Order: sequence, then C-alpha cells, then structure tokens
Amino acid sequence: MKINVNYDLCEANAICMAVAPEVFEVRDDDNLYLLMDEPPEELRPKMEEAVRRCPKQALEIEG
Amino acid sequence: MKPVVVVGASLAGMSAVQSMRSGGYGGPVVVLDASPEMPSDRPPLSKQVLAGEWDLDRAALPMARNLAELDVDLRLGLSAVGLDPDSLELSLSDGSMISAGGIVVATGSVARRIPGEVPSGVFVLRTGADALALRDELDRGPDRVLVIGAGFIGAEVAATCRGRGLEVTMVEAAEVPLQRVLPTDMGSFVADLHRNNGVDVRLGVGLDSFLADENGAVRGVALTDGSEIAAQVVVVGIGAVPDVSWLEGSGLELLPPQEGGGIRCDESLRAAPKVLAAGDCASWPNGSFNGERMRVEQWESALEQGTHAGKQMLCEIGAGQDPGPFCTVPWFWSDQYDAKIQMAGRAGPGDEVHVVDGSVSEGRFVALFKRGGECRAALGVNRPRLAIRARMKLAETLAWDSMLELFEP
Ligand SMILES: Cc1cc2nc3c(=O)[nH]c(=O)nc-3n(C[C@H](O)[C@H](O)[C@H](O)COP(=O)(O)OP(=O)(O)OC[C@H]3O[C@@H](n4cnc5c(N)ncnc54)[C@H](O)[C@@H]3O)c2cc1C
Ligand code: SF4
Repeated sequence: MKINVNYDLCEANAICMAVAPEVFEVRDDDNLYLLMDEPPEELRPKMEEAVRRCPKQALEIEG
Repeated sequence: MKPVVVVGASLAGMSAVQSMRSGGYGGPVVVLDASPEMPSDRPPLSKQVLAGEWDLDRAALPMARNLAELDVDLRLGLSAVGLDPDSLELSLSDGSMISAGGIVVATGSVARRIPGEVPSGVFVLRTGADALALRDELDRGPDRVLVIGAGFIGAEVAATCRGRGLEVTMVEAAEVPLQRVLPTDMGSFVADLHRNNGVDVRLGVGLDSFLADENGAVRGVALTDGSEIAAQVVVVGIGAVPDVSWLEGSGLELLPPQEGGGIRCDESLRAAPKVLAAGDCASWPNGSFNGERMRVEQWESALEQGTHAGKQMLCEIGAGQDPGPFCTVPWFWSDQYDAKIQMAGRAGPGDEVHVVDGSVSEGRFVALFKRGGECRAALGVNRPRLAIRARMKLAETLAWDSMLELFEP
C-alpha cells in the first residue's frame, strides 16, 4: 500500500496527522511530510480514515 | 427483516451508513433525504465553490463516491414528517409509512432566516443549490455584496467575495464578531482580519429593513443606526437552527434554544432505544468535557457522530458490540484570506485567553482558553501542527498545566 499526497490540493491543515501521527506530520514550515511512503498493511484502516477525513481530498491510497 | 432507516443523507447520515457496513452489517438500509439531490459536502460551498474554483460535483461527500458499494435504498426528495419511538414507525411526506428496525436521525440544521418576505437577491448559504444561486449572482459583478452576520459562514462568504475582487460590507449586531463563542480579543482579531483585507466592517448595528427596487430586487438595506447601504446582493449568515421541528410531539425530547437546542441524547447518542441521533441535530453529554451537554455544528463532529451512531445501532439491534460512550474534542477549521483558522474544544465568552505561540499582530498564533484549572479550547491561526497537537492533548486531559507543557520551549 502506498500513500499519495496531491500537494496542489493539500493545505497542511493536519487533520490526517490527528488520525495517524505515525504516517503524517505537519512541520513548523507548515508543509505536510510523509514519515513513510508505504505504510504497513495493518495501518490500512487508519489510512482509509485519513483519506475520508481530508477535507481537501488530497490523499489517495495506491494498492 | 426490517430496515435500519437513516433520516438525512448528508455527512452524519452517510457516515452512519458507512460505519454499519464496515461493521459487517449486511441487512437492509433505507436512507431518506428531503433534498431532491444528493446533499453536497458543505465546507467547500462557502470556499472553493463560491470562489468559482470547483464545480459542485467536486464538492460531493466522500461517501457519495461509493454509493453502490454501500448498498442502500436511497430515497431522495422524501422527508420524514413523524416518528414513533415505541413502534419505530416513520411517516413520510408522500403519506406512506416505514416500519424500521432502528432509526438514525441525522437531519442536521437549516440556515436561520430573517422572518417575513425578503426581496430577491437575498441569500442564505447552506446547500449546493444555495451556493450555485449565490455564485450566479456574484458572476454578474454586483457593485457591493452585503453580508449580515460575522459568524463563520458570513466571514467566509466575505473573504471569498473579496477574493473575487468584489466590494463587501459586513454588518454584525454584536459589538465584536463571534461574541457568543469567543472572548472579545479573539473576536476583534476576526474583525481586524476582514478590515485589513478591505471589508467595510460595521459592528454593533443590526438590520432594520431591506430596500427593494420596483421589480422586487434588493438594492440595499437600512440599518438600525439610521444609515443605508446600497448592495445588489445580500447574504444572511445569522447562524443555523437544528432541523428537528418534524419531531415535535413524537415523544423524543427536544431541547429549547437556551439549552443549545437539538435532540436530547444520552452519552451514546441514544434518543430512545434503537433511535439514535447524529450530527448538527444531536445534543449529548460529552465525556471529554466532564459530561457537559453539547451540540456541535462542525464537519468532523458530524462525521464522528455518524460513525459512532452506526456502531451503536449495530449494538442496539444485536449485530455488534457496545462502542461505549461518544467522547470527542470538537474540531473546526475555517479558511479566510490567507488565514487558516483552526479551533479545538469549546471556548466561552468568559474564558481567559493566553497566547502561547506567535503573536496576534503577525497573524500566526496559538491561543489557549482557560477556565478554572482547565484548558477548554485552543485556537490556532496559521499554526496547524500546534493546533492539532493541542487537540490531541485536550483529548487526553483538560488540565491546564499539561497543556502548557506542550508550549514550553
Ligand atoms: C456553507 C457551509 C460551510 C461550512 N464550513 C465548515 C468548515 O469549514 N468547517 C467545519 O468544521 N464545518 C463547516 N460547516 C458545518 C458542517 O458542514 C456541518 O456541521 C455538517 O454538514 C453537518 O452534517 P449533518 O449531516 O449533521 O447535517 P446536514 O449537512 O445539515 O444535513 C442534514 C440533511 O438532512 C436532510 N433533512 C432534514 N430534515 C429532513 C427530514 N425531515 N426528512 C428527510 N431529510 C431531512 C437535509 O435535506 C440534509 O441533507 C459548514 C457548513 C456550511 C453550510
Ligand atoms: S488532511 Fe488533507 S489537506 Fe490536511 S494535511 Fe492531510 S492531506 Fe493535507
């Protein structure tokens, strides 16, 4: 499973970070960083949750 | 097998459906909505849709994208007009009845309107259709847009209109914006933000009457201080009211406005056995805030409550485990100009404000709201990371000292 962020849409509001801080981190420069590109399978429910909650629809799960 | 009936196909209702399906429920689900079209996701309406950046399709609810997978009997353009909590029967606007195995009430809220006849050119903003109608009017390039009310929706409309290069006046009856929900200095920040972006902000003055031309189109308003403002478009943003009047006399308890309004639920969002409520219409004692009764009109809360109601429904009908009480730290964001405003928790007008990061004057800060020994809320402006961390802390504890530790260098 791979996470893609559409950085043109992402506004770094960090909602995904509240769902899965182990994967998403908004840093002091106000940009979103992925702490892992390919999160382990057991994080899938959380990733789906993050995709659902992102108000900008900037996240996508591949595979 | 009697269906679970979800009343309202918006964020809370559809989240409930999705949560029942992911909880393994394969039985029949009926979803009703008064709207003839699938409701839009609302936050983009006052932002990208009104700005003309997105078409309405793009503002679809996330769950509306996989409707087929959710396998629901979706009945649009049909309203529930009555509910009997004992027999679990719903009466519908077409005169028919449905006998349900369980009911989720997710009828949300409606924009509060100014009573009486209003001229054409006066808008509220709640639905996709409202947004398109208002956008059409903005496309004609009015000389001035008048926004009545400086709440979040009014403020976003003002910001979006400025972004489109339109002249805007914002009128607010209170002395500072958001007086009922924020301490004065934070409300002043909102007023200044709009002034700095070229909005003519008038505080402490209310609407007296609309002025219309001979065709019945609005040409301006008269204010309570005797002044008049010319405007071809007027947007009324004076709040929302829970859409629960259809439940009057049903036996479900409805709270009066002074107690926050909405359907009175228990800590699990139960209004009655097998009758749950979720989203803008639900009032419940929030375990994250010492059991304080809350009704929250915010996107994430509607999603979370819907998700919880779905799980709770499975428990009620013997198809799932008890998910326990519903506890949440309300979370809200608003985009105005280049300010990303995020708020966690529930502030009150009497709270002490402590700016713990950045400064209000540079437009980047985190403010904490203190009441007694507790931190009740955190407001971040262009500080998303810290705002989220504050939210996570509030979910753990309201203790003021623990929150302060987050902000120590
Ligand atoms: C313009 C706008 C911008 C917003 N921006 C933000 C934001 O930036 N951040 C944020 O956190 N929140 C925002 N919100 C608030 C957020 O969108 C709401 O909290 C959320 O939509 C609530 O969802 P809900 O499902 O409870 O209710 P609603 O979205 O109100 O949906 C209720 C549904 O029930 C239907 N219904 C009502 N009565 C009946 C009946 N008797 N029978 C059948 N169907 C019925 C209605 O047609 C409607 O579709 C915004 C709201 C608006 C209007
Ligand atoms: S929730 Fe969406 S918009 Fe917000 S930071 Fe995450 S990806 Fe970006």
